[in-house]
Amino acid sequence: MSGERPDPDTLLARAKEEEARKTRGRLKLFFGAAAGVGKTYAMLEAAGELKADGVDVVVGFVETHGRAETEALLGGLEILPPRLVPYRGTTLKEFDLDAALARRPTVILVDELAHSNAEGSRHAKRWQDVLELVGAGIDVYTTINVQHLESLNDLVAKITGVVVRETVPDSVLERADEIELVDLPPDDLIERLQEGKVYVPEQAREAMKNFFRKGNLIALRELALRRTAERVDAQMQAYMRDHAIAKTWPVAERILVCVSPSPQASQLVRAGRRLATRLGAQWIVAYVETPAAAKLPQADRDRVVQTLRLAEQLGAETVTLSGTTMSEELLAYARARNVSRIVIGKPARSFWKRMLLGSIVDALVRGSGEIDIHVVSGEKEADAPKPAMRPASRTAWRAYAEALVVVALCTGIAWLMFPHFGLSNLIMVYLLGVVAVAARSGRGPTAFASLLSVATFDFFFVPPFFSFAVSDTQYLVTFAVMLVVALVISSLTVRIRAQADLARDRERRTAALYAMSHELASTREVDDLLAIAIQHIVDVFPAEVAVLLPDGTGRLTPRTVPAAALHTDAAEQAVAEWVYSHRELAGLGTSTLPGAAALYVPLIGSRGAAGVLGVKPSEPHVFDSPEQLHLLETFANQTALAIERATLADEAQASQVRMETERLRNSLLSSVSHDLRTPLATITGAATTMLESGSRLDQRTQKELLESVRDEAERLNRLVQNLLEMTRLESGAIELRRDWHPLEEVIGAALGRLAKSLGSRRVTVSIPPDLPLVKIDDVLIEQVFVNLLDNAVKYTPPDSAIRIIVTATDQSVTAEVADHGPGLPKGQEARVFEKFFRATPDGRGGAGLGLAICRGVVLAHGGRIWAHNLPEGGVAFLFTLPLTDAAPASVPADA
Amino acid sequence: MPDPIVVLIEDEPQIRRFLRATLTGQGYRLFEAATGADGLVEVGSRQPDVIIIDLGLPDMDGVDVIRRLREWTAVPIIVLSARGQERDKVTALDAGADDYVSKPFGASELVARIRVALRHAAGASHEADEAAFKVGELQVDRLRRHVSLGGTEVRLTPTEYKLLTTLIRHAGKVVTHQQLLREVWGPAHTDQAHYVRIYMAHLRHKLEAEPARPRYLLTEPGVGYRLAAD
Repeated sequence: MSGERPDPDTLLARAKEEEARKTRGRLKLFFGAAAGVGKTYAMLEAAGELKADGVDVVVGFVETHGRAETEALLGGLEILPPRLVPYRGTTLKEFDLDAALARRPTVILVDELAHSNAEGSRHAKRWQDVLELVGAGIDVYTTINVQHLESLNDLVAKITGVVVRETVPDSVLERADEIELVDLPPDDLIERLQEGKVYVPEQAREAMKNFFRKGNLIALRELALRRTAERVDAQMQAYMRDHAIAKTWPVAERILVCVSPSPQASQLVRAGRRLATRLGAQWIVAYVETPAAAKLPQADRDRVVQTLRLAEQLGAETVTLSGTTMSEELLAYARARNVSRIVIGKPARSFWKRMLLGSIVDALVRGSGEIDIHVVSGEKEADAPKPAMRPASRTAWRAYAEALVVVALCTGIAWLMFPHFGLSNLIMVYLLGVVAVAARSGRGPTAFASLLSVATFDFFFVPPFFSFAVSDTQYLVTFAVMLVVALVISSLTVRIRAQADLARDRERRTAALYAMSHELASTREVDDLLAIAIQHIVDVFPAEVAVLLPDGTGRLTPRTVPAAALHTDAAEQAVAEWVYSHRELAGLGTSTLPGAAALYVPLIGSRGAAGVLGVKPSEPHVFDSPEQLHLLETFANQTALAIERATLADEAQASQVRMETERLRNSLLSSVSHDLRTPLATITGAATTMLESGSRLDQRTQKELLESVRDEAERLNRLVQNLLEMTRLESGAIELRRDWHPLEEVIGAALGRLAKSLGSRRVTVSIPPDLPLVKIDDVLIEQVFVNLLDNAVKYTPPDSAIRIIVTATDQSVTAEVADHGPGLPKGQEARVFEKFFRATPDGRGGAGLGLAICRGVVLAHGGRIWAHNLPEGGVAFLFTLPLTDAAPASVPADA
Repeated sequence: MPDPIVVLIEDEPQIRRFLRATLTGQGYRLFEAATGADGLVEVGSRQPDVIIIDLGLPDMDGVDVIRRLREWTAVPIIVLSARGQERDKVTALDAGADDYVSKPFGASELVARIRVALRHAAGASHEADEAAFKVGELQVDRLRRHVSLGGTEVRLTPTEYKLLTTLIRHAGKVVTHQQLLREVWGPAHTDQAHYVRIYMAHLRHKLEAEPARPRYLLTEPGVGYRLAAD
């Protein structure tokens, strides 16, 4: 492969980004080393120039800190009124995001990117507001100081001794389209401070003593310059990449940062981030969950969660691994992911502990092979958190009691064996007991059982009997070995069990996911899909769940299952709408609209957001763990894809139906126009002949002409009748008026109506004398007989016989109309009931509707209709009518 | 007897033209109206012997016209209606119409209906019920309560006989199920339409050579029955 061309995937990604940039607003950062360097001033100056050029500029929020020069620049600009938020007795001024979105200027100025919004705002941080503005297509000018950058946060703290709490993810800086470094040499800045141009004098003195020491300012300035330079460098690289200049592009590096529950883990993450940025590498932050970790106190677990979150904010991929040995697990994962460097913290174990138990670093270095290991120091080396003792619960007491019973049992057995076996065999009995306890309970009860075993063994079986005294010192070795063996076994058993628990947990989640996707795959209806998805989500995360899907008007409407229905009021609905339109997580436990009662996850399919999943867990912190959140998102993705699949299937089906309808309409038009025109042509022809030359024609011809007019008019009438009937049947406009009728009467009416066309034909009717009344719509069933008989008349020779046979069972009545004609073409016995189907293409038949109408009527009655050729020639049409309803009230006896 | 007067209430000029030709050719004096309102006026001023009315009129429902007419006149009314509108026919018959013809119809069919209507009107006014009724092979002597088919006596039960004589009273005219129930079984049984059907089946088996292809006791699906008159 040639290394000279840019990687197509990279190019594609860049093209997509370029595309997104076109609809997105531009983000311009005024970047400075410290407060007072003149960022706001520079920003306002730039805004003034834009305004002079006629650009629609609005000041969204600017903090002047009472600086006169700055305030002077504000003069000519439109200023958006701040949102007033009452807070602990005072009123805070906040940037009004909604007003800004409504005003929609071309460029908006929003100062202090790192600001934390007051409680109750849509977003926790101002940078989120800014991103939303940019997303809405508005250009944003904003300011930020270097100490607020997330990845430099700890460095700044080291340099200045001041921990800055308000931070902005580096990704925001990277998304900026333009960064303008506002630089001021430290001496000038100090001068400005002294002149009171930055803070009011008392504040300024305080600030100069702490943060604004010259040394700090130099260091911060260097940081800011370096950060800007790095960005310029990145731009340079991007340029080179675009133009395929790079001849030797570095092999993509991948860094794995291993974190522990220690408070220093966040520093480790930041260090990893810096390394990754410098190397232009992808980076992964991993936490290994060992059985011991399951026992960690809640505070430590929370810290792990926070660390992983921080890592995600800084742009890392995070993963939680589980295994017994941390180093093995890490190396296996690193190999699987092609990691080139592993970053790990300096071991916290003291020297002798390390000698005794080994250290992870040692193990990693030993097993790393080609992977580089970076060992990064923490600032204050705190002891690694110790597993907290679990409070002895009732179940724990029971375990101890069980241990006691087991040891007592062993003692009993040993007592029975004592006269016949040696002491070493008795020890085996006790060991067996200890293993049994270990298999059932935790470390504590097992240790207890071990000690108790040693004690009872000594008491009962080691001379002198019934005393803890030991006559022979060599028994001490026996005790020691027995104790150690018992403890090792118990520790191994416990560890295996914990491992199994973890595996089971994972297995359960995977199984749940699999089960859901499996079930979803076999479902077509959206409502069923949602019910299945919700059910599976609730199975894994006990919660109230709703899936909100857009209705016809685009408004989200919730779908729930009754057992775990999440009720969404107007406020919750608004959160869901936000998630739907922004395709981002929001609500409970996130930094966007955290006041919501539930967490809302967008259902993103390949064609955009399909809806929103709302989850209100019964245990509020369950989604603080990134892994749980990922699992939920996986569920959401599965659901989204399934919904999309269902809608696509629906659409495909709808278009299929449309095509079919179109085809039918065309065939109807061609068929009907032909069938209408033929009789009309005859009528018109005959009538005009009569009008123009009637007197010259002999009487016979005149009569013939008039008869053809009458016959064609009748044919036309039948056709129109059939068309109307068919339309009414298909539109569902037909309402059955069922009553109890003797079939004989209906058949009689049909034969009466066709008397003329039947002529002298022999028609035999066979009806069992005890045939019950049938609940039918007599008009429609008469029409069925008329159509079937008419068919027989049309397609058979004029003198051939027709027979009607009615038979009955307990469940149904079957009527058969059979003729002695040529029969149906082979294989078309079923097709004859289709609309516009004609067995013969000549003009003898009607529009091919008669049998379709028969089928419609019979189906509406809950019956069945079919046709088959008779062995002796001819065709039989049969239909059934169910006899389901109870017979009518009996007729009063005849007096 | 002077030429019978017919009032035709019909909005379609083509149908009026064809009926004008047919009826005047048959010796009827025809007066036409294109709307229901005009029709009411025409009936009031012409004193017709038969009224022919189309149910679909532009200004008012044909059934309403029939009801208005029946408030003051007993002149026979024949309804013109399309097939597939059996419910409308029954409504019109219940409102007081005497008979109906389904569109499209032949001239002979309409003329036959008019003749039957005129005969019934004449019978009701001066001649008392004729005691003897005869159609084809079927003979009924109502004085002697004697029914015969081709000279052979047919034994009927009292209800069958009552049903047959009711049909004879309306011979040639359609009779709705409701009408038959009311007149044979009494007003309490008007929701038991299957009584009529069962007894009609009995009658056919006794009076018809081929009960499934009746000659005398004809069925009008969805409306009622008609006893053939000639």
